[in-house]
Amino acid sequence: MNATASPAGASKIDWPAAIHRQFKSWDVRQVAHVPDAGHKRLIELCQADNAIAVVPLTTEEEGVALLAGAALGGQRGALLMQSSGVGNCVNMLSLPRVCRLPLLMVVTMRGEWGEFNPWQVPMGRNTEAVLELCNVLCFRADSPAEVEPTLEAAARMAFEGPQATAVLLAQKLIGAKSFVK
Amino acid sequence: MTTPELESRGRGNAKVMNRFDVTKRLVGRLKDEEAVIGGIGNTNFDLWAAGHRPQNFYMLGSMGLAAPIALGVALAQPKRRVFGLEGDGSLLMQLGCLATIANLKPRNLAIVVMDNASYQITGSQPTATAGAADIVAIARGAGIDKSVWADDESHFERLVDRALAEDGPWLIACRIDQQPAVAQTERDPTMLRDRFMRGLGTRG
Repeated sequence: MNATASPAGASKIDWPAAIHRQFKSWDVRQVAHVPDAGHKRLIELCQADNAIAVVPLTTEEEGVALLAGAALGGQRGALLMQSSGVGNCVNMLSLPRVCRLPLLMVVTMRGEWGEFNPWQVPMGRNTEAVLELCNVLCFRADSPAEVEPTLEAAARMAFEGPQATAVLLAQKLIGAKSFVK
Repeated sequence: MTTPELESRGRGNAKVMNRFDVTKRLVGRLKDEEAVIGGIGNTNFDLWAAGHRPQNFYMLGSMGLAAPIALGVALAQPKRRVFGLEGDGSLLMQLGCLATIANLKPRNLAIVVMDNASYQITGSQPTATAGAADIVAIARGAGIDKSVWADDESHFERLVDRALAEDGPWLIACRIDQQPAVAQTERDPTMLRDRFMRGLGTRG
């Protein structure tokens, strides 16, 4: 499926499938995650893919270590989380930095666009700054059409660097979450 | 859970062993380029002191990461046995990784825990295992059925042999004394990375 050529317009782009397609293109074999509603479809696509080991984590920094092990063992991986999880990773991000190992993070944003829960706002507003302070290169995708080229750019810089990169999937892209009717 | 090795006397009756001696015994039984991931601290230093192997990786930066790194290596290298070495203080910081490992059931992964009930390297302040926490009980509760206290050195060696021969995941816990590590690991991160990757054949 060539989502970017969809005649029906941007809203018809299946951007989680585009991320999965990029994972395949880059031979991503381990996908670790702390789930987020914004990652639901991508996680399901990876679970249905026999070539990808899906690793449910108990906390996000575990994934930073897991994917360091994957890289040392000769496989590529990706780490999925919500923006609040970035705060959990800070100390562990020293590992890819000093060992110069690839790390591809895909972060769904909370707290930035129509966020109903004020508790999500502080970490969401600081996510990009925290990642940059930890030497993780950030690339934002605000619209469905931006997702695939952004993922491709971040994956290339992660795996060919090697270095740590993060794709930030904007709340505007995912849609503000609501628990009330 | 009926085999003799898995029937341990438990933490309270386990012999207090020496970390360097136990580590030498582990390394001495590795004959097939098994990977070993050393966690931060004296656990790491004694792995280095036991004799550097190209398949050793030394994690010197953040507590609690040896087991998740070992899991990533184990998934990437399913035909190779992988050992993660961790101290009690580090493992207590990342107990969730035990549930992650139990959930994935990697057949080729074993975690070895060196429990001296203290943050030895910062002045031997007591950890939670000096109180009521039992690492093997925690690991079993997390779902790692093959979790066991080593009663003594010979039991430890039999457990390592089992972990080399049978499906895991395993967690082997050792009570250890307060002797300091006998050497310090070299610290250049990219050198350690390259040596390990060449040792595994994942880098030319």
